[in-house]
Amino acid sequence: MFEKVLTRNFSLPRSESIDTYLANGGYQALQKVLREYTPEQVIEMVTASGLRGRGGAGFPAGRKWAFIPKDPQIEKYVCVNTDEGEPGTFKDRELVEKDPHQVIEGVIIASYAVGAHRAFVYIRGEFFLGVKRWIKAIDDAYAKGFLGKNILGSGFSLDLSVHRGAGAYICGEETALIESLEGKRGQPRKKPPYPASVGLWGKPTLVHNVETLANVPHIINRGAEWYASIGTPKSTGPKIFCVSGHVKNRGIFELPLGVPLREILYEYAGGMAFDKKLKAVIPGGASTPMLTPDQLDIPMAFETLEAAGTMLGTGAIIVMNEDTCMVDVARRLMRFFAHESCGHCTPCRTGTTRMLALLEDLEHGRGKAEDIERLEEIASKMRGLTFCPMGDAAANPILSSLKLFRDEYEYHVKYKRCAVAA
Amino acid sequence: MQPLEAKIADPAKRSMLLTALYIAQEQYGYLTKEAIERVATRLGLPVADVYSMASFYSLYRLQPTGRYVLQVCEGLSCHLVGGADRLVDYLRKKLGIEVGETTPDGLFTLQTVQCLASCGTSPAMRVNDALYENMTAEKVDELLDTLRGYHV
Ligand SMILES: Cc1cc2nc3c(=O)[nH]c(=O)nc-3n(C[C@H](O)[C@H](O)[C@H](O)COP(=O)(O)O)c2cc1C
Ligand code: SF4
Ligand code: FES
Repeated sequence: MFEKVLTRNFSLPRSESIDTYLANGGYQALQKVLREYTPEQVIEMVTASGLRGRGGAGFPAGRKWAFIPKDPQIEKYVCVNTDEGEPGTFKDRELVEKDPHQVIEGVIIASYAVGAHRAFVYIRGEFFLGVKRWIKAIDDAYAKGFLGKNILGSGFSLDLSVHRGAGAYICGEETALIESLEGKRGQPRKKPPYPASVGLWGKPTLVHNVETLANVPHIINRGAEWYASIGTPKSTGPKIFCVSGHVKNRGIFELPLGVPLREILYEYAGGMAFDKKLKAVIPGGASTPMLTPDQLDIPMAFETLEAAGTMLGTGAIIVMNEDTCMVDVARRLMRFFAHESCGHCTPCRTGTTRMLALLEDLEHGRGKAEDIERLEEIASKMRGLTFCPMGDAAANPILSSLKLFRDEYEYHVKYKRCAVAA
Repeated sequence: MQPLEAKIADPAKRSMLLTALYIAQEQYGYLTKEAIERVATRLGLPVADVYSMASFYSLYRLQPTGRYVLQVCEGLSCHLVGGADRLVDYLRKKLGIEVGETTPDGLFTLQTVQCLASCGTSPAMRVNDALYENMTAEKVDELLDTLRGYHV
């Protein structure tokens, strides 16, 4: 049985309270850092731990921290990305609702390491309980002297505040998040420059996912070597996997990176619901290409999924059984992308709308054979041509479902209905 | 023309815009013309700019809504376990309104939303700010009855 790290407090009574957190070793990493480590040493530790971002791209955290200019004259910021909203993903909401102090401790340590004195939580407007939990936790952390001026007498000061988004998935993309924080429409900025050099109000900004920051106190407490011993050499540490769809036990499961997909599905998620056969798995959230039942032994790590032509993404596993119509799934996913395209660039704005129209036609028996080709053409042309990675994200699941289940699209054209009994 | 940024003395002030719109929406019920104008004046921003913000973000309401805004998740994980369209259809029939509409008694507005990050406890929906998980037709009935009960 894997010893839980990030979710270890989840089942405790009032797990979200500062008292519970403190009674279980909370804020000891912060004290240790402020007393014993220089910012450089913290960055070295995080780099040595191998921690990679949990927001989807898997960029090494230590390297990102090292990019932030050291000059104390330059103001810097840290942003906590709590915009979680990609279908299948529900780990950050749990982390914030059940153990917000773990994330706050991570934010303070990260801010100390990069020399930031101002940090912001950007949270989805829909997360009402999350907003409340963040605010309460931040207030309590101030009251205990973990935030504010001269934290624990160290001379280091940090202010942290909550900024509520207002319903736009694209604001999870780090530069769109920064635009939104500045009070603008959440439309991505051109990269480079990356936020680490030009971010919020033009200043160097470190943006991290909630889960990434939650790992930080544990790396300090138990050492980089311990952390790196979990997982695979290239994907270290624990990961919260979110399992949804047609399994018996849906939910989050914290396991070491590299755990085989089969183990997650059959040991933890209890196998397929209603004894139906497995048809396909989306391994890392709505934007990641699908896997088929013959690929279940794949280790759930960044590098192994990439080698298999897909991505670990957010670790959001969506399981589909034999009764699932893949044209319907593609249409459903495209509705999300078409709805959430920010409209800033043409390939994504018109591409998602046109693909959605084609998929609606196919699903409802109005599709023609050439529509399948059109779909494929639009999706492949969009890739790499859009302003931000959202375009690829929208094209990926369509291309993979066309590749794996083209016969179902053809069946829809020929018989004007689904190939499966649904 | 002077770039917009130059007109705003303090960039931090502009970053209050999302919050200001939430407050105005709370006070006015939805973002009326007057509400938008007030926010614009207070923050020293052009009205058109504030409108453009309000229309970009889906949680701002430019139209009046019912007392309870029912937002049903349309996402894939909800769909796979019998939510999304099925729940929307059920509510459409039950309330006699289409998505985007409000019941004649002004109580309920029906909307669809994208993923609510409750995919493990789907089907999910939101009623105003509260999240409802593992929804079924029976639970929807119960919920509507309870909400109606507050207004008899
Ligand atoms: C369209 C789009 C949406 C994104 N949404 C989120 C999100 O909701 N939460 C998140 O943490 N990262 C999201 N990201 C990734 C962020 O841009 C960024 O990489 C991440 O916050 C960095 O944190 P990490 O290094 O800790 O992963 C999104 C990226 C894209 C392209
Ligand atoms: S790819 Fe889509 S989401 Fe990204 S900037 Fe272009 S329109 Fe906006
Ligand atoms: S898909 Fe409905 S909550 Fe995520």
